[in-house]
Amino acid sequence: MTFQERPLDRDASSVGAAGGRDTVPTPTSNSVAVHLNGLRRRFGGVQALDNLDLEMAPGELIALLGPSGCGKTTALRVLAGLEDADSGRVLVGGKDITELPANRRDMGMVFQAYSLFPHLTALQNVEFGLGLRRVRSAQRRERAGAMLDLVGIGTHADRYPHQLSGGQQQRVALARALAIQPQVLLLDEPLSALDAKVRVQLRDEIRRIQLEVGTTTLFVTHDQEEALAVADRVGVMRAGRLEQLGPPDEVYQRPSTAFVADFVGLSNRLPGTVSGDRVEVLGTALPLVPGAASGIGSGAVNALVRPEAVDLAVDPDGRGRVLAASFLGPTSRVSVAMPDETMVVAQVASALLPELAPGTAVRIELRPVPVVVEAA
Amino acid sequence: MAGVTARRARKQRAFRWIVVIVLGLFFLVPLFAMLMFTIREPDGHYTFETWRQFFDWPQLASTYPDLWTGMRSSGELVLLTVALMLVLLVPTVVWVRLRLPWLRRVIEFICLLPLTIPAIVLVVGLAPVYAWVTYFLGGSPMTLTFAYTVLVLPYAYRAIDAGLSGIDVKTLSEAARSLGSSWGTVMWRVVLPNIRSAVLSASFLTVALVLGEFTIASLLNRTNLQVAVELLGKSSATMSVAVSLAALVLAFILLFALSFAGRRRGQNRRSIRETS
Ligand SMILES: Nc1ncnc2c1ncn2[C@@H]1O[C@H](COP(=O)(O)OP(=O)(O)O)[C@@H](O)[C@H]1O
Ligand SMILES: [Mg+2]
Repeated sequence: MTFQERPLDRDASSVGAAGGRDTVPTPTSNSVAVHLNGLRRRFGGVQALDNLDLEMAPGELIALLGPSGCGKTTALRVLAGLEDADSGRVLVGGKDITELPANRRDMGMVFQAYSLFPHLTALQNVEFGLGLRRVRSAQRRERAGAMLDLVGIGTHADRYPHQLSGGQQQRVALARALAIQPQVLLLDEPLSALDAKVRVQLRDEIRRIQLEVGTTTLFVTHDQEEALAVADRVGVMRAGRLEQLGPPDEVYQRPSTAFVADFVGLSNRLPGTVSGDRVEVLGTALPLVPGAASGIGSGAVNALVRPEAVDLAVDPDGRGRVLAASFLGPTSRVSVAMPDETMVVAQVASALLPELAPGTAVRIELRPVPVVVEAA
Repeated sequence: MAGVTARRARKQRAFRWIVVIVLGLFFLVPLFAMLMFTIREPDGHYTFETWRQFFDWPQLASTYPDLWTGMRSSGELVLLTVALMLVLLVPTVVWVRLRLPWLRRVIEFICLLPLTIPAIVLVVGLAPVYAWVTYFLGGSPMTLTFAYTVLVLPYAYRAIDAGLSGIDVKTLSEAARSLGSSWGTVMWRVVLPNIRSAVLSASFLTVALVLGEFTIASLLNRTNLQVAVELLGKSSATMSVAVSLAALVLAFILLFALSFAGRRRGQNRRSIRETS
């Protein structure tokens, strides 16, 4: 076993002070880079991974985002050593670990399904990995306790998994994964079984803890909001490969393909005409995301326009007619039909809703934010 | 309305008790008859002489050497068969669940086969195999353990498979692997502790079956408890019945303990609660 005793570089008492941190990852001395290189994996007729490349900087949290079945879990399992790739390499901290079995990889995992050992208490679950590393009993207990404090569940140390709620179990699972001071932390949809409120709360806490321990982390999810909220960079996957990898705001505001624009956030598909580096949509010339029109050339296209880039003005001479509105809280979505039967969804302040009853004539104005286009 | 429900509940309760009593009589009357046979003298007196002899093991061994050998053989066979069954079955079933899920039906089918084949037919098949076993390992009764392991497969497989269905073996073992466990540690420290009552059930069933087995041992010319009892019946009927009774009671106690263990587990499950 290749485990050196590294002192915990934080103690339980520093936990409360974590709130005031900025969101720049602070790689600690034990943060490592991860490199997935040309991974391929085929299951029968399904190419689950199709030449996947991914580089993670030390201490970085990357969220792998994509529709169900696009290969996110497979990628994570190959990194964990729980699945073999048909070809490609896995490098951690510069070392090629492709052939290393899962139990020698030193990776902490949190699963989607509840995975605590049912016959052990929360504390014993967290101690499990330390015991395998021959940490002495007293020290083990102390470290496991500190971990449970870190994930905010120290008072439940003696409970068995079946005495804990789903959210609490995932906290313990996180503590168990972190207790072994893994080189890489792997989270496979850890929040998808929880209800909405707990999900948001635990999501933020996972990020807080990850920043605190500085472990390089891969967070797999199909929930775009979750991915955008926690990640340093978001990798959008499609059919076994990365479609785009970038900071959350970039992926959202400058999606490099129509697929990304569609999957991350909501987009209108509006007919337009490309000329040069602009696209004319509903009478407005919008800038193109750089490179977005390559391979399409000029001519008729569909432009993907975000609802929040659409403004509505009540105008008796307007060509649009309000179809319906759905209230979302501070903002609302209003769908508008154009004379050529195109549908445009706009996001407006909810305060404007009373003026936008169905049937109201409106004028549509598009904000000049860069858009992607796809062949019509 | 409530009256109707209450009356029906009362009826059902009465019916349940009748079933219990009828079944109880069905099992207990023969046992009672056996007991009477062992303690009643021909002249109508009662004596516990047979039982005194039965529990005085050194004397039992010298008075009925064949019986003693049979008892010892069966005792050792029980231990061997339980061990062999567990060593064969637990890792296999776990591995099939983890890595070869499509093999599950096949394994289940193979394990259930012995149930459908009468012991006498089984022996016809086993005889040539045991010619080789005898050739390599000699004629010791211990070699019966192979046949018995096959014989207990249907019951043991069911028990262990049911136990494994109660936990998410795949996720648990992957969690343990990622924490640094070897496959041995996964088995020993994660899987086994969580299927303890299933392993216990499988073992109890094995004990009961091995203690009661006669046909195969007799036809393969090996002496176990039941064969010895049968032989003894020709010379000392009382002792032979006493031994049979003891074996039966032991098996009953084991099966009873088994259902009790199952019940306890069920109660644990039911106490699950959400404590947010
Ligand atoms: N063990 C497996 N056997 C067969 N097909 C699999 C297996 N694991 C994954 N797949 C297939 O590979 C594809 C990718 O799966 P997965 O990585 O689990 O996707 P995701 O996690 O993004 O939903 C899916 O089409 C899935 O059906
Ligand atoms: Mg998945």
